[in-house]
Amino acid sequence: MSEAIISEGIRPTRTDEFRRRLEKRYKAERRFKLAGLSAILISVAVLIFLLGNMTFNGLGGFQRAEIDVSIDLSQSGIAGDSSTLSGGDALQVLQRQGLPDVVQFYAEQSLGEEAAQGISSEAWRDVANDIIADTSILREEVTFSLAATDDLASGLKDEGSAEMQALADRLEADGVLASNFDPGFLARSDATSPQKVGIWGALKGSILTMIVTLLLAFPIGVLAALYLEEYAPKNRWTDVIEVSINNLAAVPSIIFGLLGLAVFLWMFPNLRSAPLIGGMTLALMTMPVIVISGRNAIKAVPPSIRDGALAIGASPVQVVFHHVLPLALPGILTGTIIGMARALGETAPLLMIGMRAFVATAPDGFTSPATVLPVQIFLWSDEIDRGFVERTSAAIIILLLFLLLMNGLAIYLRNKFEKTW
Amino acid sequence: MTVIHPNLEQLDAKMSAKDVSVFYSEKQAIDNVSIDVPTGHVTAFIGPSGCGKSTFLRVLNRMNDTIPTARVEGTIELDGEDIYRSGMDVVQLRARVGMVFQKPNPFPKSIYDNIAYGPKIHGLAESREELDEVVERSLTRAGLWEEVKDRLLDSGTALSGGQQQRLCIARAIAVDPEVILMDEPCSALDPIATAKIEELIAELTDRYAIVIVTHSMQQAARVSQRTAFFHLGKIVEYGQTKDIFTNPIEERTKDYITGRYG
Repeated sequence: MSEAIISEGIRPTRTDEFRRRLEKRYKAERRFKLAGLSAILISVAVLIFLLGNMTFNGLGGFQRAEIDVSIDLSQSGIAGDSSTLSGGDALQVLQRQGLPDVVQFYAEQSLGEEAAQGISSEAWRDVANDIIADTSILREEVTFSLAATDDLASGLKDEGSAEMQALADRLEADGVLASNFDPGFLARSDATSPQKVGIWGALKGSILTMIVTLLLAFPIGVLAALYLEEYAPKNRWTDVIEVSINNLAAVPSIIFGLLGLAVFLWMFPNLRSAPLIGGMTLALMTMPVIVISGRNAIKAVPPSIRDGALAIGASPVQVVFHHVLPLALPGILTGTIIGMARALGETAPLLMIGMRAFVATAPDGFTSPATVLPVQIFLWSDEIDRGFVERTSAAIIILLLFLLLMNGLAIYLRNKFEKTW
Repeated sequence: MTVIHPNLEQLDAKMSAKDVSVFYSEKQAIDNVSIDVPTGHVTAFIGPSGCGKSTFLRVLNRMNDTIPTARVEGTIELDGEDIYRSGMDVVQLRARVGMVFQKPNPFPKSIYDNIAYGPKIHGLAESREELDEVVERSLTRAGLWEEVKDRLLDSGTALSGGQQQRLCIARAIAVDPEVILMDEPCSALDPIATAKIEELIAELTDRYAIVIVTHSMQQAARVSQRTAFFHLGKIVEYGQTKDIFTNPIEERTKDYITGRYG
């Protein structure tokens, strides 16, 4: 028996030496875990800082300084009903009837001449839009919240000239000047004054551009991936194509912008700044990403499924469309959304094809001049007026929300189509 | 070269291979194999790993076409028609010569759709009722109907391994082929599931020409009427199963049967 214990002692897995090595291995594992954990913590901290900072700065961007003015429209002499005040020229009809002067008059009456200067000269448009929306208010006395001028707005934030700050303080104390939530920010387009800008033009431009990008890049990318994986012979030519596609995915985006400028704008010189051209340029950039992720997804479909379908007499096309593509779809969609998200945030190539122009109205369609969210952010961040700082942050929040929406969609689609075998 | 056992019954060949050689690039996997496979019988291919029996099986319904470097010489006839001639319709060939694989490979679709897929793509069922009938008949013949009739819309991949393999057999017979090729159909299954598959093979014998590749000599002895012993890409000996196992002529066959190598 004692011999048995001794012989157990000399087994290599029972020695102290072995235990020391074991301890070392555990230590290495703990170190590795710790390193991984701290990496996660650092990235989460950076993310929280970024989002927190953006939200903190950007919330102000969804507000604007407004002055309350009571206007007795029944005494104003402005007339009209839903039939005369409809269509595109309703604003002009009201302007001809002297609405700007009416607004000016009531502002001076209730606030005094000096304070009335603090109302934006374009403020009557808000009144006009309210009247067009509901003509019955023409028979009533209504209190409107009218946009303040940029100077008064910065005065409200305790910036700018001393007299404006004093005026803002006085009006604020009277309860007529306040920073209100500005739903119009989501409905207006670019303007020269931070009190009047909106994000809708850029947002719509981004949506239109993304639609063009998706419609071009997705079918071309998926078909290219399918052909390369399922049909193309493996030879020198397909090797060259593979290397080229991988390189294409790594080309700096501004090069694609130059390509779009040189080729697409040369072909369609009238479509400068159009979402169609922007989308075509971004499609060039997104397509290789879709091809690469698509090929990987197709490769991951088990060969046994292909064999099973072939052995029952499915033609190669049926194998691809009935079995391979449905199984590869989640992977392809993930890659597509990653590519699209990159395209959505892309600025440089769009600058090259003229999408940095000042566009004060939302684009009507794929061929009208437009700008996109990241370019709008770039343009606003370049403005001198302090009011644009908050507006820029607000635009960034909109862009991030758009991105979040797209990524959420990707995760939903992936889970929906995912199958186990 | 091939020793044909003198007791081998002479029957009409459903499939007939003459001097077939298969190459992968330069490497020769099959060397001048000739064999006849009759209807109404199970023909077993036995032999050590890497002897080419699976390769030869895949040549019989041109599944090797998917391997670009594979090259086939010689002729293989199905009802006297060369399946490697130009103009041969591979899709039709595979509908006539079905295949069951080593690892069960049901589609990640419902049990119903797994069976209905073949008849659907070949347009074998006119109506929904007819398709239902084909599905029920195929599953019944594969001995799976009673187990799955209440959950036809469940995924085929949720079944147990043995059930999956019977599902694959049901899928193969749903298009009513003439020949069924089975590539080690029981190697991934437990003994009970194996016994069920073997029973099923016995029941299917009268209607189809069945060719089965197996590593288990007991299985070959149990299910087959004829056995071919493959070695190094050649058929060494071909005969009635009982003759091969009890009275082999070639020394190499004898050594393999008695477990001296392989």
